[in-house]
Amino acid sequence: MSLDAEQVAKIAYLARLQIDDAAIPDYARNLSAILDFVEQMNAVDTSGIEPMAHPQDVPQRLRDDVVTEHDQREKFQRIAPATENGLYLVPKVIE
Amino acid sequence: MTALHRMTLAELSRGLAAGDFSSVELTRHFLDRIAAHDGLLNSFITVTDEAALAAAAAADRRRAAGEAGPLTGIPLAQKDIFNTDGVRTSCGSRMLDNYIAPFDARVVEGFNAAGAVMLGKTNMDEFAMGSSNETSYYGPVKNPWDTERVPGGSSGGSAAAVAARLAPAATGTDTGGSIRQPAALCGITGLKPTYGRVSRWGMIAFASSLDQAGPMAPSAEDCALLLQAMAGFDERDSTCMERPVEDYAAGLGEGIEGLKIGLPKEYFAAGLDAEVEARVREALAVYESLGAELVDITLPNSHLSAPAYYVVAPAECSSNLSRFDGVRFGHRCDDPKDLEDMYCRSRGEGFGDEVKRRILVGTYALSAGYYDAYYLKAQQIRRLIRDDFRRAFEQVDVIMGPTTPTPAFRLGEKADDPISMYLSDIYTIAVNLAGLPGMSVPAGLVNGLPVGLHIVGDYWSEARLLNVAHRLQLETDWHKRIPEAYA
Repeated sequence: MSLDAEQVAKIAYLARLQIDDAAIPDYARNLSAILDFVEQMNAVDTSGIEPMAHPQDVPQRLRDDVVTEHDQREKFQRIAPATENGLYLVPKVIE
Repeated sequence: MTALHRMTLAELSRGLAAGDFSSVELTRHFLDRIAAHDGLLNSFITVTDEAALAAAAAADRRRAAGEAGPLTGIPLAQKDIFNTDGVRTSCGSRMLDNYIAPFDARVVEGFNAAGAVMLGKTNMDEFAMGSSNETSYYGPVKNPWDTERVPGGSSGGSAAAVAARLAPAATGTDTGGSIRQPAALCGITGLKPTYGRVSRWGMIAFASSLDQAGPMAPSAEDCALLLQAMAGFDERDSTCMERPVEDYAAGLGEGIEGLKIGLPKEYFAAGLDAEVEARVREALAVYESLGAELVDITLPNSHLSAPAYYVVAPAECSSNLSRFDGVRFGHRCDDPKDLEDMYCRSRGEGFGDEVKRRILVGTYALSAGYYDAYYLKAQQIRRLIRDDFRRAFEQVDVIMGPTTPTPAFRLGEKADDPISMYLSDIYTIAVNLAGLPGMSVPAGLVNGLPVGLHIVGDYWSEARLLNVAHRLQLETDWHKRIPEAYA
């Protein structure tokens, strides 16, 4: 499996990850090597094998739908890059 | 009296109980050692000296009031992946360089409740992605046995700090070997518990179906005391298992006559350094002399572990790390021109190369049309690997082999070759995929560099593993060896 520069740029965009153009060939080379490596998986036939999500094969535990958290907005927003009136600020989305 | 830093955590615990020294004296001793040695080793990202001395004084008061437990007043270091209320929690990343955690992880709560004293936060590979501690934003950690070499990773700061006795113990996390591999390369004892034994609440997530926290310390007895404060059900982690916690120290020293030790032929194959194998065989001979029986076994799907891991881990990492978007906490780029620019540049600036590589691999593996070929396939292979272990544990009680194929490698040696770096975890990864508990125990030296014996147990067998490791440590003193410059 070989990825070219254009594919790497597309994946980087999907991941919302800026990568310098100059670094893309290096990423393409390394990612291709990693994908080649994981393709060893294809040597084994896994048809009919149930995928394993949790080692104990337990179902997802659910809790009652009740309020368990108390308000800590001020504490949490103290570490935010930008807030105003208790809201998180981001660049303008709608003109 | 032996110098404080040459004692194991269990010995220090007994010394505190006997009144031989106070927690304040003990804490000051280790803070002084950090100040003297960590400029070179770089094992800490943050040292919390004032808070440590205050906690030590509180621990001494608690002891005076007759309310001390085994960990009350014991100094230890937290890997910088655990949220610590009011203290920077960087996860080794520029992304979280400005992040002062607003809450404590469950592991941290457990140690606080036990009265342990936090010395600081240890260096680590960025977001726990690495096997050499070279991917940290805060620079590489040096191996105290040879400062030209890596301490292993990702819990490399924790391993180096304990090996140089800058802390009597530290916490680690293990996604593919990140406790056991650095424990082996630094000559200390480390335990990765069964998946679901320790709550992941407040532990910054890398690959959620694999991540598990555990203790790192000189001896197995130390690890038993530490695990006691870490293990237990916590409803805030939906994968944490509701299951009683054993008394891990109670069974230490029990006989192991008739213990069946499985030796997978795949773990003693090509790629294993001959001298490392020799140290492991010597440890196995000790077990035989104690009445254990060695049994040849096979784990036929072992070779698929690393390929499956390097799908599952990056896929889950790409999902987990999508929370770092520059909005609520962490790094935000200067002057974003719009929301998308803010996301892309904040993440591009905040993450280092290895983290970016894994996010990209994971994003690709999870993208439309590729899910079945990668993530689903890898999860099917996980089941094959787990079933190999199930069959093995019908035959044997524990499985042993080398923790790593070679001793510590040189700084920079594998930095440009991700695949070769990934293969340094070749023996540890399968244990995470299966969710089993595993330990690394010091088993000797090769050219002055430590070698780890890897001990893997069936689910929930932490107490047995700790006793098996302890029995070796009653017969050998490898776990008490300290690199000369730090003795």
